[in-house]
Amino acid sequence: MYVAVKGGERAIDAAHAWLAEERRGDTTIAELSVAQIRSQLALAVNRVMAEGSLHDPDLAALAIKQSRGDLIEAIFLIRAYRTTLPRLGASHPVETANMAVTRRISATFKDLPGGQILGPTFDYTHRLLDFKLAAEGEVPSAPTAPAIMEPVPHVTGMLGRDGLIQSEPAGNDTPSDLTREPMELPASRALRLQAITRGDEGFILSMAYSTQRGYGRTHAFVGELRIGTVAVEMDIPELGFAVEIGEIELTECETVNQFKGSKTEPPQFTRGYGLVFGQTERKAIAMSLVDRALRWKELGEDYSGAPAQDEEFVLMHSDNIQATGFLEHIKLPHYVDFQAELEMVRKLRAEALASKRAAE
Amino acid sequence: MTEQAYNFAYLDEQTKTMIRRAILKGVAIPGYQVPFASREMPMPYGWGTGGVQVTAACLVPEDTLKVIDQGADDTTNAVSIRRFFQRTAGVAVTEATTEATVIQTRHRIPETALAEGQILVYQVPIPEPLRFLEPRETETRKMHELEDYGLMHVKLYEDIARHGQIATSYDYPVKVEGRYVMDPSPIPKFDNPKLAGNAAIQLFGAGREQRIYALPPYTEAISLDFDDYPFVASKADHACDLCGAAASYLDEVITDDQGSRMFVCSDTDFCGSRRAAGHVGRLGTPLAGGK
Repeated sequence: MYVAVKGGERAIDAAHAWLAEERRGDTTIAELSVAQIRSQLALAVNRVMAEGSLHDPDLAALAIKQSRGDLIEAIFLIRAYRTTLPRLGASHPVETANMAVTRRISATFKDLPGGQILGPTFDYTHRLLDFKLAAEGEVPSAPTAPAIMEPVPHVTGMLGRDGLIQSEPAGNDTPSDLTREPMELPASRALRLQAITRGDEGFILSMAYSTQRGYGRTHAFVGELRIGTVAVEMDIPELGFAVEIGEIELTECETVNQFKGSKTEPPQFTRGYGLVFGQTERKAIAMSLVDRALRWKELGEDYSGAPAQDEEFVLMHSDNIQATGFLEHIKLPHYVDFQAELEMVRKLRAEALASKRAAE
Repeated sequence: MTEQAYNFAYLDEQTKTMIRRAILKGVAIPGYQVPFASREMPMPYGWGTGGVQVTAACLVPEDTLKVIDQGADDTTNAVSIRRFFQRTAGVAVTEATTEATVIQTRHRIPETALAEGQILVYQVPIPEPLRFLEPRETETRKMHELEDYGLMHVKLYEDIARHGQIATSYDYPVKVEGRYVMDPSPIPKFDNPKLAGNAAIQLFGAGREQRIYALPPYTEAISLDFDDYPFVASKADHACDLCGAAASYLDEVITDDQGSRMFVCSDTDFCGSRRAAGHVGRLGTPLAGGK
């Protein structure tokens, strides 16, 4: 005798309890603190902030703990929290030329005003497992140097003075907000950049990589990559002037791209731009390549049909929260539509077999 | 228990206003997909975020809510969404179709006819009926603008040429009031006739795709077909094994590994009410003292 599948509520409660237990893991091992995650898994925290579109390292660390290290799940927690926050106002645009840099490199000039600063990078480490870390040894402190007080001007600004790189129109328009208005295509560059900076790192990386391999090639030089903190200023209506409300860490990448000119534009270098929360340079570099590839129309280039040139393809598929939700929803019950398909296939088969028999 | 940290029905009033505007526009232009600034909800895209936002925008404290998934009130996601609104809105909930003022559904229309004053909210994965014929939104919006539905008729015609019939069994497109072709969400085509002339307001929410559309009460919604290949609302050729209903949509349940199966109503409230009223199917037992 068939018993209807009852007990959904009990099953959900039990699943949640089991999940909480699994998340904690072996209780004979010390529990991971949010502060530990924030300070020792900082790059994971940065990714969660960047793709969660919310700069709050403590909440990002909490989300990583709650999600058992599943970063897309952590990003989802941050996104869901973010939508509930009231909008108190908008900051002034941050001035990255005034960034207090911890890393600043240019691949196009050997030396330049502000200097090359390697900073805390994996770039020249030998990827050998460090078994000392397994023994939890203390790390000797790194040597220090006096902070650079001179300004660190943008490389593209120097190229721009000579007219060698395409100039961007200055504007004071308020860009539209991806999280408050439905996406409409074609999108402005500001909207595209918003979508890419919160897009999935893996997806943006692969799109950028595809342009390097010839699918919409825009050969890019890293004109400059800088990581550091910038001040965030906001107008306070009661005061009548702007005050600094805090600092955030950003990674900015500006690429300089070959361009032989088109029907509408003279030969000059063109720009790709990446700006991402935290120390997230893979993402920032990839972002600047994808940005550049998507600019073919305004620069009068040919559309070669490459995925990275296709605005609708890139923007509609870059969000990992949308992607993972829709992908995983296919595990939800589909008895009803499957039943309809079953009946259809049975009917088609019966007709096909009957006509085969009639032919024999 | 209601969660004090959040607004009534979770969404802030500004967001609800934005969604209500989209709903009103959708009701004013039946079948037209209205873009709206869908919010990230605390459940994943694909779990009904569009339906949840529409329900949240419609709910008032006096409402009685029913949530079904695959026609059933006790499927896990229906339980989860019902709980979400119990927690955030504190509204009364019910499993009885006739008692509900708002019904959120996934993949079914209740068997019991709906009445004026009721709202049926559908969860929609892909709102665009032309999507699998043309993947680009920029193109499909143009096709709707120009009422250019030739591609859809070609697809249906090719089905007939290849299979001898229209081989779409769910998510079967309808034409609304002679204008927009609309995706009814993945309901079985058995449910399509209930879309038309329904006394309730039918609202469709697609969260990930940021679209809302609607069928106001008593709207015409014609399932696409050809004169010589008319639309047929099909179902499994059985009666419910629990309540004996001959004309309800059935789920097939495999009962052993020898090929035995039984068929039961997918609408659990409909089936339960019939059994409580004394109807007994092939494998059912009379319910003692009602539900």
